[in-house]
Amino acid sequence: MDPLRQSPSPCSSRPSSPKTPPCEMHGYVGIEDVLDQLKIKAMKMGFEFNIMVVGQSGLGKSTMVSTLFKSKVWKCTLPGRGMPIPQTLQLKSVTHVIEEKGVKLKLTVTDTPGFGDQINNDKCWDPILGYINEQYERYLQEEILITRQRHIPDTRVHCCVYFVPPTGHCLRPLDIELLQRLCRTVNVVPVIARADSLTLEEREAFRRRIQHNLRTHCIEVYPQKCFDEDINDRILNSKIRDRIPFAVVGSDQEYLVNGRCVLGRKTKWGIIEVENMAHCEFLLLRDLLIRSHLQDLKDITHNVHYENYRVCRLNESHVLPRGPCWVNLAPTPPGPPVAPGPSKVCRQAREDSDDDEDDY
Amino acid sequence: MPTKTTCPSSQVSDDEQKKRENTRSLTMSGHVGFESLPDQLVNRSIQQGFCFNILCVGETGIGKSTLIDTLFNTNFADHESSHFFPHVRLKAQTYELHESNVRLKLTIVNTVGFGDQINKEESYQPVVDYIDAQFEAYLQEELKIKRSLFNYHDSRIHVCLYFISPTGHSLKTLDLLTMKSLDSKVNIIPVIAKADIISKAELQKFKIKLMSELVSSGVQIYQFPTDDETIAKINASMNGHLPFAVVGSMDEVKIGNKMVKARQYPWGVVQVENENHSDFVKLREMLICTNMEDLREQTHTRHYELYRRCKLEEMGFTDVGPENKPLSLQETYEAKRHEFYGERQRKEEEMKQMFVQRVKEKKAILKEAERELQAKFEHLKRVHQEERMKLEEKRRLLEEEIIAFSKKKATSEIYQNQSYMASGSNLKKDKDRKKDPGYRFELLCFDVRACEINGGRKDAEEGREGPCTMGWP
Repeated sequence: MDPLRQSPSPCSSRPSSPKTPPCEMHGYVGIEDVLDQLKIKAMKMGFEFNIMVVGQSGLGKSTMVSTLFKSKVWKCTLPGRGMPIPQTLQLKSVTHVIEEKGVKLKLTVTDTPGFGDQINNDKCWDPILGYINEQYERYLQEEILITRQRHIPDTRVHCCVYFVPPTGHCLRPLDIELLQRLCRTVNVVPVIARADSLTLEEREAFRRRIQHNLRTHCIEVYPQKCFDEDINDRILNSKIRDRIPFAVVGSDQEYLVNGRCVLGRKTKWGIIEVENMAHCEFLLLRDLLIRSHLQDLKDITHNVHYENYRVCRLNESHVLPRGPCWVNLAPTPPGPPVAPGPSKVCRQAREDSDDDEDDY
Repeated sequence: MPTKTTCPSSQVSDDEQKKRENTRSLTMSGHVGFESLPDQLVNRSIQQGFCFNILCVGETGIGKSTLIDTLFNTNFADHESSHFFPHVRLKAQTYELHESNVRLKLTIVNTVGFGDQINKEESYQPVVDYIDAQFEAYLQEELKIKRSLFNYHDSRIHVCLYFISPTGHSLKTLDLLTMKSLDSKVNIIPVIAKADIISKAELQKFKIKLMSELVSSGVQIYQFPTDDETIAKINASMNGHLPFAVVGSMDEVKIGNKMVKARQYPWGVVQVENENHSDFVKLREMLICTNMEDLREQTHTRHYELYRRCKLEEMGFTDVGPENKPLSLQETYEAKRHEFYGERQRKEEEMKQMFVQRVKEKKAILKEAERELQAKFEHLKRVHQEERMKLEEKRRLLEEEIIAFSKKKATSEIYQNQSYMASGSNLKKDKDRKKDPGYRFELLCFDVRACEINGGRKDAEEGREGPCTMGWP
């Protein structure tokens, strides 16, 4: 395990506490009712989830989001469709409250139209990292107030889904650059977009090559290996890690297949069913993001990424945080601060990634 | 309209407003699956384990340990404490309890020696200090740069069970005073201990009296929350039963064909878990089954935040600066740091000046001393010289005298020999001596002189012949 990481696990079941003798209880006390109390409280307060989708135009990011949450997340026409390619990267954020069986979820989706679309894409990741850091900053400011709110609104990005174009070869330099930077600041889940253009064998080969690329460049995507707590987690997460990146297809159109109404894409040679495991791995992505690991994503963001940001922030003493923009008293050119995340991850192994650190 | 957040950054308040306008409900066309979210949360909590800290405040022997044993259905190893402690102390013990898949780290803090002293003025202070110390520890951890809050063993007191003596009359002054000083720091649940002493009728009156006293003194005890529909009703009814009249016992007595926890008296058996006999079941239900989570939340969001706010304001941090502009912690840190830095510089300068001054003074003193010593030395030297010269002078004189004496001696001997030759015999000499006193006198004088010269001769030059040799040719 990397000794430079913050801690073995964000939700360690081994708290540092005095030696406690285990006690035998002779009868029923009722301690387990505390779980119900927790549930009631959580349902009353509601949940928050912030997701960001990053990728080039036309890879189906917006459609994917709509498919994930089975609703028209984008009110007006989907950004990017029919509109001219924006000159600079603009992040668009939209918030919804969705409810299912009494559970309220406040969902915020951030899109990045214009990413990687310019001729010169140098430093095109700066707005994204700037946005992520801005959310951390906002939370930090709320946290260090004297009179704090009861519940600090959480706008930090919990998960970033990165769409890899289905070239079938390997990760491109732009992908690698961005992933390296993103992985240090936020949980990243890469997916192969528009996977209906690849056959199953091509998909597998592509996946293996991508995994190989990620290993070579020491990019740790979610679920990170170092946060596995116990053997069960490791087994479960290994299975997921084996299938990352998922090959997904998104759609918001419904068609009739075998008498059932399914989401899919209709082509001349057949209908690609989104929720069919034989066709694409959309279900795996949905289960990972929503059904099984949502809380874990939030925990890792809060306990690891946010804490790393906080450490870096509090160690810098020459930047005044309040104000309309960053007031940087150090003699470096002002601009969106580059991710000061846990840059210690695999630093020794990396040979080509030292351009962020000279800012600090 | 979706919000545009363009880089480098955006106005904070503007964005908030836009987001608020933006948030609207969305209907989904199918099952997404995030209803499992509470379960995910619960699973995470199970993995982490729970932490609960109870503080028991009450006189020695009022039944605190027994009640805790009964509440948690175990025998926490504890022995009777003495009544003779000079000060109130707090003793904390942590236990780990398991029930199905829930792990609870329970910490029981007992006051030892409460109410035993003759002068009880200082009795409540250790309790307040202990609670503050736990808050302080948490605050320190939270303010650290490299912190690990998820790993932190939370030792803040979540609930304080205050044991009231079953006198049947009213609250004691000590109780009032202690509760008043604790009510803003911890959730207080008052209980009437050893309630089997009081009869039912007396109990009702006692409870009413106690509650009215608490209300009139402005003591804020913990109210069970009534905002959630599922538990609002039961909580509201329980609020009316406060303070709970409890009986604790781990001894079992056979009633009917069951073994129940009870206290056996000659006149009957008081069953602990019988609702008619005591409110123990209500207490257990409220404390553990229904409101444990709420107690923890209140401690964290109300009492701890209050402590934190007071502490930070004490240290000089504020949220609003001198011109009512929002001031951040960072700015305050910076300002304070500059201030301290300047102060330190100033002090350093001062000390330097003082040091230089002292050195100068010391140098002057030393120079002065040196000069004095020099003068003394000169003076002594001079004196010594003078003495020496005097001595030399004396010596010279003495030597001259010696020479004079020896000369005289030589001449007198010559005269003596001459006179011997002239007279002829010794006898005659004697007679003559008698006859001729002048001659005799000369001889005596010569003898005396010879002795003197013999004595002096020893210091004078050697080699000179003695008087006996004188006269021999």
